[in-house]
Amino acid sequence: MRTEQLVASLVADRVGSARPLGRSVGQALLAGAAVSLVIFAVEFKPRVDLAAAFATWRFDAKLGLVLSALVAASAACLAMARPVITVQWRWAVLPVLLIAVAALGTELAVLPAGTWEARLVGSNALVCLTAIPLFALVPLTALLLALRRAAPASPALAGAACGALAAAAAAVIYAFHCFDDSPLFVLTWYTLAAIPVMLVGAAIGRRLLRW
Amino acid sequence: MSDPEDLSALMRAARKGDDEAYRRLLLRVASWLRAVASRGLAAAGRPNADCEDIVQETLLAMHLKRDTWDETQPLQPWLRAIAHHKLVDHLRRRGFTDHVNIDDHSETLAAPASAEAGSALDTRQMLAGLPERQRRIVEGISIEGQTARDVGVRLGMSEGAVRVTLHRALRALAEVYRKDRT
Repeated sequence: MRTEQLVASLVADRVGSARPLGRSVGQALLAGAAVSLVIFAVEFKPRVDLAAAFATWRFDAKLGLVLSALVAASAACLAMARPVITVQWRWAVLPVLLIAVAALGTELAVLPAGTWEARLVGSNALVCLTAIPLFALVPLTALLLALRRAAPASPALAGAACGALAAAAAAVIYAFHCFDDSPLFVLTWYTLAAIPVMLVGAAIGRRLLRW
Repeated sequence: MSDPEDLSALMRAARKGDDEAYRRLLLRVASWLRAVASRGLAAAGRPNADCEDIVQETLLAMHLKRDTWDETQPLQPWLRAIAHHKLVDHLRRRGFTDHVNIDDHSETLAAPASAEAGSALDTRQMLAGLPERQRRIVEGISIEGQTARDVGVRLGMSEGAVRVTLHRALRALAEVYRKDRT
């Protein structure tokens, strides 16, 4: 086939031209998170003192952290899905860092040094390490499938970004279950729980997202 | 591509459904790609015979992945990234693993359109792998120059169904190129 002939077919093909990448990623994330919410509702349930928790700064800081992480990971995922990675997404990480530093500083200032370790270990570390990867599973699958339409500069990095986004969504859900609100706990265990999800995303992405 | 603004504008118009803008964009990109692929092959010490294959594979990728262009960015770097990716991929399939840098050749964007050099994969051979209906639609539109509607009338399909099948055919063709490990 001559190239001009191929061009005729390309021009005639108008399917899928009106679907911005952001919308596909958003839809995949919502669909995946909906399944995770069902698992959450059936197996985990929100904490019983949820209403009271909203009034504490630690819970609010926790929500701030997971929500800002969700925004940052969304920006990273969209950036990594493209052939040319623009660096603006890094600005979205700034709020996460600011909230983390402020919350950690406050916690260390208000708590006597002797209680730091107990707060860091908490009482739900193992639940956290299983629940976040569990809630991330379906969102990660949906995101990876959505990104097959994309053209990532680095398939492995794009997969890792999908993992980060899925883990952030999972963390938002899990935050409503977990009693451990100390920034010491959240920054340690939520991060540790996200790492395997990102590694799995990178490993699958490396193969699945090649184009 | 001496006037990147213009290319971005063509793509923007194409996204709004301007077929003529899209055709002009694809043809201009094709002639640029021809120069890039030619130089890339020469730098890798490969015969120029593969040139048109690379051009077509890259055009297909650009077409199928066009949603990944961010309208707030210029089109040119996006095009160059896709061309680079496909050229490297093509050479790698043929066992060439050295670094290929197409930025060196960016000024050739402004070069006049060169004629098609190097033979594309034989039409029949390339389309033969497609299911009957997909093949007849691509042949109708590309080789016989018919519109999607004409092809639909001939095959007893609605115009919409023709376009959906055409899209599948193009994705399948992209796979044919990707899997081609000669």
